[in-house]
Amino acid sequence: MAENLRQLRDRRDSVATTKKITRAMELIASSRVPKAQRKVRSAGPYAHELKRAISAVASHSQEDHPLTRPVTDPVRPGVLVITSDRGLAGAYSSNAIKAAEELTASLEDRQEIKVYLCGRKAIQYYEFRERPVAHTWSGFSDAPTYQNARQIADKLLADFLTPTEEGGLDEIHLVYTHFHSMLIQQPRVMRLLPLEVVDYEEGEESGEPEEDEEIFHQFRFEPDAASVLDNLLPLYVANRIHFVLLQSAASELASRQRAMKSATDNAEQLIQTLSRKANQARQAAITQEITEIVGGAAALTDSTPEE
Amino acid sequence: MAAPKPLHVDVVAADRQVWKGDAVNIIIRTTEGDIGILPGHEPIFANLVPCAARIITDDGKQEVIAVDGGYVAVDDKGHVSILAQYASRSGEISREGAQQDVDKISRMMDRNEFSEDDVHRLHLAQAQLLAAKHIAAQKD
Repeated sequence: MAENLRQLRDRRDSVATTKKITRAMELIASSRVPKAQRKVRSAGPYAHELKRAISAVASHSQEDHPLTRPVTDPVRPGVLVITSDRGLAGAYSSNAIKAAEELTASLEDRQEIKVYLCGRKAIQYYEFRERPVAHTWSGFSDAPTYQNARQIADKLLADFLTPTEEGGLDEIHLVYTHFHSMLIQQPRVMRLLPLEVVDYEEGEESGEPEEDEEIFHQFRFEPDAASVLDNLLPLYVANRIHFVLLQSAASELASRQRAMKSATDNAEQLIQTLSRKANQARQAAITQEITEIVGGAAALTDSTPEE
Repeated sequence: MAAPKPLHVDVVAADRQVWKGDAVNIIIRTTEGDIGILPGHEPIFANLVPCAARIITDDGKQEVIAVDGGYVAVDDKGHVSILAQYASRSGEISREGAQQDVDKISRMMDRNEFSEDDVHRLHLAQAQLLAAKHIAAQKD
């Protein structure tokens, strides 16, 4: 019986330690979420300016650019999957991977799908299943910088601009997790390339009115519209990637916070049950001891010969 | 003729807004050469090379901002946007740090081992160095 009591107490103590850890992780995550959201917001002005500039140039000139040219019969799509580096974030990474699986299943009729991965969780998933991967990045999932986005953009653009016959891509899709609120984060699929410059966004930005389109009409371009567009579009691609990385980082932190909160709650419940059981066991041991003593004393009195 | 209204300038980098304010003169280097932008400038849209943009604010102060490329756009309402992937104000630049960066990356380039990224860093560091020089010249 005493053995059992000790076991229960040991378990309770170990759950209490776990609870301390999950509580700490919850607090860390919840303090980082606002920071991640702030980053999303402070990248807003750049995205807004760039968007205005591109719509200006695009409406001004009917330039045919390799990055915007629609592909009629794509044969080799690329898929970039963004997940977290670390686990303990609930279903965050597996949801993104699931969305990616659905996407690749729908692209199955194409010749060959090239997969690009971002975040250690996705890399582990693909390595375990021994699937081919074109390129991977990791180590920055909860605090991505613009430099990270540039590296990814440079690689993707280089592959996209390679002719299809030589193994280049003719379409690039992104799978990321959109941050709606602290409670809702949804995996989303977006086509990155070829770019759709017109109506590509559904109110992700501050919702500025877009009535200032026509003021761009009489622009003078230096050196000319084509090279300005040449300069702008890669920036735009990098900006999109930066945006989805920031969104994913915020989502990761929010879902880690939620996962850790429920882990803490569970630990609390477990501690309560274990304490009750331990108390019960202790009480049972005491009762038994008393019964034994009383029984022993009674037996003693009974056996003593009367004098 | 009444003086035209000052320019409203926005300088944005990829991850933040670097500077915002009113200016009476902007000197910046495009792929075609240096241009000066005064209030009432015609709408223009120009690609930039890495440079130190000098902005004279309406209270006569000079703001020097290192940019690593990007573009400058002026619209007919006097709104100027300067957009670059990386940009830093002169106050945030350390001259020694920029010089070290330039030296290090130039050495790497001499050995022919550099990436696209290093080229960017070199441009930015050179622009920062220029910005720091402008500031130093102003103080003398």
